[in-house]
Amino acid sequence: MSQGAKAQVERLLALVPYLRDRGGVRLEEVASDFGVTARQITQDLQVLWFCGLPGAMPGDLIEVDMDALEGDGVVHIDNADFLDRPLRLDAHEALALIVGLRTLRDVGGPGERDAVERALAKVESAAGDALAMADQVDVQIDRADETVAVAVSRGLQEQRRLRIRYLVLARDETTERDVDPLRLVVAEGRRYLEAWCYRADGQRLFRLDRISEAEVLDQPASPPEEAQPRDLSSGLFQPTAEQLLATVDLDPDARWVVDYYPHESVEDLPGGGLRLRLRVSDPAWLRRLVLRLGGHARVVDPVELAVEVRDEAAAALAAYS
Amino acid sequence: MTARKSERLMNLVICLLVARTYVTKERIREVVDGYRDQTDDAFEKMFERDKDELRDLSIPIEVGHVEKAFGDEPGYRIRRDLFALPEIRLEPDEAAVVGLAARVWQDASLAEATSGALRKLRAGGVTVDTRALAVVEPHVDTQDAAFDPLWQAVVTRTPVRFPYRRPGAEPAERHLEPWGVLSWHGHWYVIGHDRDRDGVRMFRLSRVDGPVAKDGRPGGFVVPEDADIRKLAANLQPAAEKAEATLRIRQGAGVVLRRRALAVVTGDDGWDTVTLRYAGVWSMAEQVCSFGTDVVVQEPTDLRDTVVTMLRALAEGGAE
Repeated sequence: MSQGAKAQVERLLALVPYLRDRGGVRLEEVASDFGVTARQITQDLQVLWFCGLPGAMPGDLIEVDMDALEGDGVVHIDNADFLDRPLRLDAHEALALIVGLRTLRDVGGPGERDAVERALAKVESAAGDALAMADQVDVQIDRADETVAVAVSRGLQEQRRLRIRYLVLARDETTERDVDPLRLVVAEGRRYLEAWCYRADGQRLFRLDRISEAEVLDQPASPPEEAQPRDLSSGLFQPTAEQLLATVDLDPDARWVVDYYPHESVEDLPGGGLRLRLRVSDPAWLRRLVLRLGGHARVVDPVELAVEVRDEAAAALAAYS
Repeated sequence: MTARKSERLMNLVICLLVARTYVTKERIREVVDGYRDQTDDAFEKMFERDKDELRDLSIPIEVGHVEKAFGDEPGYRIRRDLFALPEIRLEPDEAAVVGLAARVWQDASLAEATSGALRKLRAGGVTVDTRALAVVEPHVDTQDAAFDPLWQAVVTRTPVRFPYRRPGAEPAERHLEPWGVLSWHGHWYVIGHDRDRDGVRMFRLSRVDGPVAKDGRPGGFVVPEDADIRKLAANLQPAAEKAEATLRIRQGAGVVLRRRALAVVTGDDGWDTVTLRYAGVWSMAEQVCSFGTDVVVQEPTDLRDTVVTMLRALAEGGAE
């Protein structure tokens, strides 16, 4: 219950200057701006009704226009000059917003960067003491080739088609594709261009550091209607039941793999190793990963892949004898 | 009841905010509704709790002295300049990026913190649109359970302890003064003074193997002035590429290696000779192995030997 009062007071301290500043605001709009229900705002206003200058004489209290609220659904308050400014940002809020802005600055194109710099300067100066805290948090986003980043950013802003040369690492090949850019996303510390790809005839994510060239075409982007930004909150790689389910045993030295790749399950093996089960969209990817682990990982299932890895290694070894 | 308590807290804030000087407890009890009808004991307890709750909201309640005929008496006030959000005006494009920045955090508690910041900015007269369609959408994930408590510990400078699992070892309890948190390649790390080892150490959050507990009071340590999180984090970045390797790469293959080549000599046997620089023997050998028969190391010897050892292990793998 006490948590409720604290949250309500926090909201009220923002609500008063918010309403004071704006004249009349529709109840639904207030609720949406504050991220609570209209009912909650009505309850907040009923509390405000009893708040005001010490002594609480009739003229000292904040006036809430209940007629306007009940009649027209519009919120209007008066006689609240003593609460004309909201509370300053606390360390938690300032930090979250400043680090968010800095992240945006690091990934935005030249178009956004200028606005972010200006906004950042203003928010930082409003943050006061909390600003000192902002250097205690650092989000580093991988670099990308500057000319590629600029071309992608231009394609997005001018809504034009892009021609990109893209490295498909799992297949060790560079492909040329025409794509209609949808947005630039940053996830798991890397930048991706989400776009409609005419080569794959589908929506794809392209890691920016694997685009070696990007050219803005004259043609305007005209992605099909089904091309919509995907919800990436559950991760970039979204396993499906149709994909190959592989089992790989990891030596203790290769345990780090668990931290890097999404998997279905993991169990301990005697001796400190792990047995990992994971969905794989392209077996070539897993083959490459196991080769890279140089004997610290073994494919258990599918068996054909285990044989393939062994034969490939034996053939590669022959070049050294 | 929540409503009664909210009223009392609001009236207490207003009372202390409009006062020109420190207000005594006695006066507060007189003018703030809800205190008057309490017994002395109940009032004392209530007032202490109320002050704590307001301070939790980062409301700066100052304690001072009020001169009275029979000696000084403690009094309280809130300084408006420390309480109020400074004047802030954002241009439309600035407000738009602030709205975008609010969507960066995927973590519930940080998303709530940014929403809180936005509520205050709006109340301060700024119009922020958080629903605008964006062409740039950075997401920062914080899926590690240890993230929230460690972030809090960094903000409040509270020493912590937690079980930590190093690869291939049993979890061990670590004691840390957390100076900062950082994200690299999408993974979170906490950096600070390791009390067990008496030195600066970095811990990966995904390897924190249990609850993060407070190991002291808030403000229990000082971050050294010269502690630069970014610089300390630079230890995480790949080391400088110093060594040089000569590789034979099958034509049309090894695309990612060719992209960082210093020189490529095209052969007429279907193979090219590529020279490139690399940082560590192990990571370079791993990369060479990943290409199987398409890449062969010519020089240097240590890289060549490492690759041979790895390929031998791979070729024998599963033979048992």
